[in-house]
Order: sequence, then structure tokens, then C-alpha cells
Amino acid sequence: MIEIIKCKINGRDQEIAIDPRESLTDMLRNKLGLTSVKKGCEVGECGACTVLIDGKSYNSCIYLASWAKDKSIITVEGLTSENGELSPVQKAFIDESAVQCGFCTPGLLLTATEIVNSGQKYTREELRTLISGHLCRCTGYENILNAVEKALNQEN
Amino acid sequence: MTIGKNIPRVDAFDKVTGRAKYADDLVPTGTLIAKVLHSTIANGLVKKIDTSKAKQVPGVIEVFTCFDVPDIVFPTAGHPWSTNIANHDIADRKLLNTRVRYYGDDIAVVVAENELTATEALKLIEVEYEEYTPLLTIEDAMNGDALHEEYPNNILASTKYNVGGVSFEEALENNDVKIFEDEFEVPTVQHCFMENPNSYAYMESGKIVVVTSTQIPHIVRRVIGQALDIPWGQVRVIKPYIGGGFGAKQDVLYEPLNAWVSKMLGGKCVKLELTREEGFINTRVRHAMKIHIKSAVSENGRLIARKVKMFSNQGGYASHGHSVVAGAAHVVKQLYQDEVATDVEFTTVFTNLPVAGAMRGYGVPQITFALEAHMENVAKEMNFDNIELRKINMIKEGFVDPLNSIPSLTNELDQCIEIGAKHLNFREKHKKYSNQEGHIRKGVGCAIFSYKTGVYPISLETASCRMILNQDGSIQVQVGATEIGQGADTVFTQMAAEITGITYDKVYIMSAQDTDVTPYDSGAYASRQTYVSGHAVKKCGLELKQKILDYANYLKESEIAVDIKENHVLDKDGNKIIHVSEVALESFYHRENSKHIAAEATHHCDTNTISHGTTFVEIEVDLKLGLVKILDIINVHDSGTIINPKTALGQVHGGMSMGIAYALSEELLFNPKTGEAYNGDLLGYKIPTSLDSPDISCKFVEKYDPSGPFGNKALGEPPTVPVAPAIRNALFNATGIKYNQIPLTPERIFNKVKDKGLI
Repeated sequence: MIEIIKCKINGRDQEIAIDPRESLTDMLRNKLGLTSVKKGCEVGECGACTVLIDGKSYNSCIYLASWAKDKSIITVEGLTSENGELSPVQKAFIDESAVQCGFCTPGLLLTATEIVNSGQKYTREELRTLISGHLCRCTGYENILNAVEKALNQEN
Repeated sequence: MTIGKNIPRVDAFDKVTGRAKYADDLVPTGTLIAKVLHSTIANGLVKKIDTSKAKQVPGVIEVFTCFDVPDIVFPTAGHPWSTNIANHDIADRKLLNTRVRYYGDDIAVVVAENELTATEALKLIEVEYEEYTPLLTIEDAMNGDALHEEYPNNILASTKYNVGGVSFEEALENNDVKIFEDEFEVPTVQHCFMENPNSYAYMESGKIVVVTSTQIPHIVRRVIGQALDIPWGQVRVIKPYIGGGFGAKQDVLYEPLNAWVSKMLGGKCVKLELTREEGFINTRVRHAMKIHIKSAVSENGRLIARKVKMFSNQGGYASHGHSVVAGAAHVVKQLYQDEVATDVEFTTVFTNLPVAGAMRGYGVPQITFALEAHMENVAKEMNFDNIELRKINMIKEGFVDPLNSIPSLTNELDQCIEIGAKHLNFREKHKKYSNQEGHIRKGVGCAIFSYKTGVYPISLETASCRMILNQDGSIQVQVGATEIGQGADTVFTQMAAEITGITYDKVYIMSAQDTDVTPYDSGAYASRQTYVSGHAVKKCGLELKQKILDYANYLKESEIAVDIKENHVLDKDGNKIIHVSEVALESFYHRENSKHIAAEATHHCDTNTISHGTTFVEIEVDLKLGLVKILDIINVHDSGTIINPKTALGQVHGGMSMGIAYALSEELLFNPKTGEAYNGDLLGYKIPTSLDSPDISCKFVEKYDPSGPFGNKALGEPPTVPVAPAIRNALFNATGIKYNQIPLTPERIFNKVKDKGLI
């Protein structure tokens, strides 16, 4: 069973042969080599596989590849500018030491990007709710919240 | 000077750009997929396995069962090997097992072209068991038939020690004391690394290569050699970035099975990745323990004697075995000193539960919960100041463990306590909260800890480092010690820069370990690397620096080069003689005397030193809901010199988060009849989300420890240790109820509150 879908991945138009049963995670990792999309549970519990679909964050492990048809998808590989410059969210994660083992990092970077791109202000407590779909076992979320706050304050 | 500076993590850029590769990101196209069949009984024997239907599924390559594997038992603990057979870890499992010892034991493996096919084929395997009654509790196991023939009553080991030369009972004679007694229970919990264990194996150049998510690549190499009965040099283990370990990956997990399957298929590349659900049951867990403490205290608050009895639930296989409860038991005297006698007895018991192994703190969170909750109970019953009671009895600087000689070379515990107490205004609040009414109450609590650095003299401590000078005056650093998220690569880079005089930006550390390339190190555990491996980096750096100086002197036909700073070779007056890059280039391409400058050093470590610290916490509890909210929490650590404050803080945050959950929410639950886990997934098992996590404070009291390479001592594991008892003690302060079992779930809190008539 093969289905061809067209979609935009990290700003580039793509035509991809997929198995209609496969998850978006598997499509991104296996067909396009976008290995920043991590697999932590494959049932939508941990948030490690989060990508942006038309600007909104989704667990790509419970999102069928076929639903990505005509959508625009951003992974962490697409956050860096063409000349290799880091996005403000990426910079904030480095500056605030929000990265340890790095496995939850890509997903959090994308949710944080969605938050920053919203143009809205949020309190720290509201941010706690907004990132609560991501599990992290290394940081206790302290520096992650600091990083999201920093990126948010810089941009908005 | 780079030591003590907040240099950004060397791996941060790659990790925020998605360039950091983990094992599963490197799997070659066309790799076959292996999936393990797990037993659906907890105790019994596999009588027969019918794989015929599974083998007929298109895309299935092969099915191996417990009847096909070599008749070799092997150990899995991430301990250095010992050439003395008496010190060997227990070898008690085969690649697949006919004798089933826990619900989920490994009995067969399917290899297929893809994951879906492998998973479907698993369902078609038919197994016939001879079933025995599951022995899930320590009591049942000690009264049941042996799971391992060599261990009657399922006692893996039972040990006693005594300090003082007289027994607890004898110590009571001629002493006017009060006796206090408590029984504590701590749960089975799981590491919940974000990256599930996974590996892939293939054969190349006559070797088996295994790429795996592990904390201990060199130990994995040895154990694969043992499990497959092949020379260790024929095994090559590569460890890329890993998504956390916390001790579960300080065991050899499925790497030997993965290697064997590849070998059986002529060296084809095969991947074996666990699902999250397997991660809970089929890796390792933290030991559940029952701890009984009896203490005799004089009127002035001095501990005269204590008697501690511990039982540790090992699960089905030995893994780290008795060493975890032993690690815990030896802390009894490293935290408080009894005036006359300390009597400790500790027993490890096999049961039909998932296998317990190393987990951040290695038994010390368990015993510290009991010791520190007990101390609080004693203070309350004696109407004694809880901080004073600790101060009177805790070990002081210069303490040397009477049994294993581990010293507290530097000890800023007193200072840690005062900083923590001041942060909360603890003494005043503790009094104020002691008499409250109503269903919303507040409480403050504290706890202290002692934690050794590495495992000397209990086990071998050894580490190696290699440095290579590049043409441009930069260096490559290779260590066997592993980066597992804690920031090891960053602090080693700082150390190398500090010692060689070559600036930090020119120090390139090889992050991936490859046992064919990176020198030996036992790996990431026991909060040892910054200390033990740090010494290796220091020694190697000094050697490399001397070689650069020697070559500079050769070039200058003099003996004036004595030091390197900021990439310049200096004379004794600090004048710049030559740039390191010039020395490097000449050393490579000199027409008469080319010399490729490199250094390698092993540090055989024969020192240890104890880290100390505290947690102070303020909580609010809603008695009607049984819900605890953390209002303020601080850890204060005496870990000697802090190499990189920001990465150190990161360690403390994560450790405290784990400690908070140990106190309040985490417990792996089992069906008491079958031994099957009720909540072995991230939905049912409650690790903290950002909504459950309070803001966390931390301070360091830095004092240079003379035994550390840069004055540093253990930090990786300790932050977890004192958190749970501090929270428990805060709840005691709020309610006056002794909660002697964790986690403090709403149900547990509510039931006692109701029993005591508080609501």
C-alpha cells in the first residue's frame, strides 16, 4: 500500500510515498531523515515527537502521515535560518542551560516556538500549562521555563 | 581559568539543532527488527513454544526461543570486572530464559523485515507454561520455593555489621536512654529516561559491533563477550548521545541478545528497541525496601545506639544484587554517629517482580528517607529542636568510616543547614505550624544527607583519557567516561583547558564512546566521573602540556619553556615564547624531527570523600483532598568546588524533581495475584509534568576538597537523596501524623487524616 502525498516540510515542497498506516513521526524520521523528531512513547504521552503543523504543535506519533497532505510541517531542523543562525528559542535554550540529555529538547523547542509566535504574553504559570504535554526527566522544567520566558520576553 | 565558569554545554548547539545523533538516529536502511516475546506469567517454566505460525508470516526472518540460546548464564550489573572470582557479580540469566522469574521475562525473539511484522508475529507464538504461585512480597518469597536453586528461601544475601564492638542491647546497659522505633516502606519506582533503551548490532571485520544507548560501553563489551562466549576484543560497542539513563542503563540490558541474534543471522544488521511499556518492566527499577529503625537516645539528644534492619526487594534476577542495599546500609553510620553502638542488618530477597538495579542514589534515597523521617519522629517525641538533634549527632569534618575508611575530608553540612534554614525562616515557621487547625495547613521540613564519591574502596575505580594535538594547536580529548545528559563532556573540556593552557574553544571532546577507540573507563555511575575520570583528564593534560613544552624547547634550542597559558608557551617570567599552533605545526611537519604529540593516562583511584547537603521545604496540604503543594523548596549542597555552576544547577534541579516525585507520586503497582504491572506506562505512572513541578532553589557551599582533581566531589546523584524525607517531615509538621510510607499519595494522606479525626 503506497500513497503519494504533497506537503511542505521545513519550507520546502515535498512529494512523499507513504504507507497510509504510518505515523507522521515515522515518515519524518524514516523517509526524510529528520531524526530530531524523537520517539519516547509512540502513544502521545511524552511529547518528544512534537512538530508544528501549520504553526500548531502536535504529537506526530499519533498523527497519521496521510493527514499531513497539503500541510506545512516544521521540525527542529527547520528552526535554524538559511545561514545557520539559531532561532531566538534555540538560543534561549542554550543560554538558560535548558538542555541536558537533549531527548525532549526538540519537541519543547517547537512548542516554545508556537508560544513565541503567538505574539501573546503569558505568565510563568500559564507557560507551565502550555508546555505540560512534554515530559522531561533531567531538568525539573526549571531552566526550560526560564528559556521559554526569556524567548517570549525578547520577541514580544 | 575555566574551572568554576558557566561555559555553555559543548553539546548544546547540536542538541538544539537536531544534529545530536542517538542510537536510533543512526540505524542503517534495511536493518532488520527484533522484538522480544515476554512471559505472561510471573513464576514458572516454559514447557513448549510453538513458533510455526509466527514463522509463516511473510517478512519474518527467524524466531529464536529460550530453547535455542547458548547454555551460558551471565551477569548484567554495570560493575568493573574483577579478576578475583569471589567478587564476581551473580551470573543468573541467559539470553532468553525457560525458567520464568517475573511477569514479562524474555522467552523468545522474532526477527522480521519491519516492526509491524515482528509485532504481529509475536502474537502468533504459542507458549505452554508450568505455572507456580508468584512470590511478590519479601515475606512470601522467604517462605516460598527458591527462584534460583542456589539461593534457598530466595535470600540473595544477608549481611550484618556492627560499629562500637557491643550490640544495641548491650549499649543500653548503664545508659539512661529513651527508645524510639519506626518501620518504613519505600516503593518500586522506575527511571523513566526519555529515550527507551535501543541498540543495533552487525558484524564487520570479524567483529560484532553494537551501537547502543548505554551509560557503560566498556562494560557492555565485556558482558557481550561473556554472554556469547567470544573474546572481548571481538566486540565493539559504540555509544552515541543517549536520552538519559539514571542507572537503568548502568546495566547491560538487551545488547547481548541483540549481538547474538545478529551473529545467528550471519552478521546482518538487526535493531532491538524497547517500547515505553517494556522500558518500565524489562529494564531495571529502584529497589522497594522495608526498613526498621530502633534508636536509643540520651536525654541531651545524643544517639547512644541504633539498630537498623533492612529488606530489599530484588525482583527476579540479581543485577546489582546485594550491593544496592549494602550501599544504603553503610550510610547509616556515614550520616550520624552513635556514641556506643550501631547494629545494621541488611537482606536482599529475590521475588517475582521486575528486576531492581541501580537508580540515581543507589539505595541511599531509601535509607535516607527512613533515617531522616525517624530523626524527625524522635525530635518531636522528645520535644527536642529538630535541627539541633541533627547537629549533635551528624558526622563532622575529619570523620573516617570505621569499616570502609571512606572519609569526610571536607564537611560544610552545618553551613548547608544554616543556609537552608535561613532561606525558609525554618525555625520560626516550624514552631508556628506545629499547632494548626482547619483543613488547609502548612508545614516545613528538612533532611540532610551524606553521599560518597565513586566506589573506592568497595570496587575498582579506574579511568583513562587520551589527548591528541592537532596541527592548528587545538586538541582532541577522548575519554571512556560517558556523557548521559549530566554535562560530563562539558566539564572534561573545561578541565582539559584548565590544565593544558589551551583555551576552551580549541578543546574538542569526542562525545561518542567507541570501545575500539576511546580508552577504558567504567562509565557513568556513582557520581564518579567528574572526580575519578576528572583525575585522568588532569593527569593526561599535564603529560600533554609537558610534551608541548619539550617540543617548544627543541624548536627554540633552549630550556626556557615552562608553562602554557591562553595558547602561548611562556618562560618563567610569563613572557610569550611561541604560540602553541606554531609548535603543533612544526611537530607534524618538521623535516628532521616530526613528532605527533599525544598523551594518554590512566588514573587508578584510591581515594574517596563524602558529599553533604540538605533539603528544606515548605508545603501546603489540603487535608480534604489529601493533596500536597510545594510552596518553597531549596537544596544546599557541599560538593566541593563546582566546575560549572550552570550545569551543576541542572543536576540539582533534575535530582530534586525526581526526589519530589519519589515523595509524592511515583510507584509502580502490581497485580498482587499475577505480578503484572498495573501502571507500566507514562499515563498511569506519575512522573512530574511541568504543572506538578514547583520552582526549585539551590545553593552551593564550596570548599576545596583536597582529594578531588579540582577540589570537587560527588554531585550527580545526591540532589535526589534528601528531598522525600524533607517533604514527609513537612507533612508531619503540618498534621502531626507520622507518614512512614511513600509516595504520599492523596489516598494515603487522606486515609490517615481521616483515621486521626483531623477532618
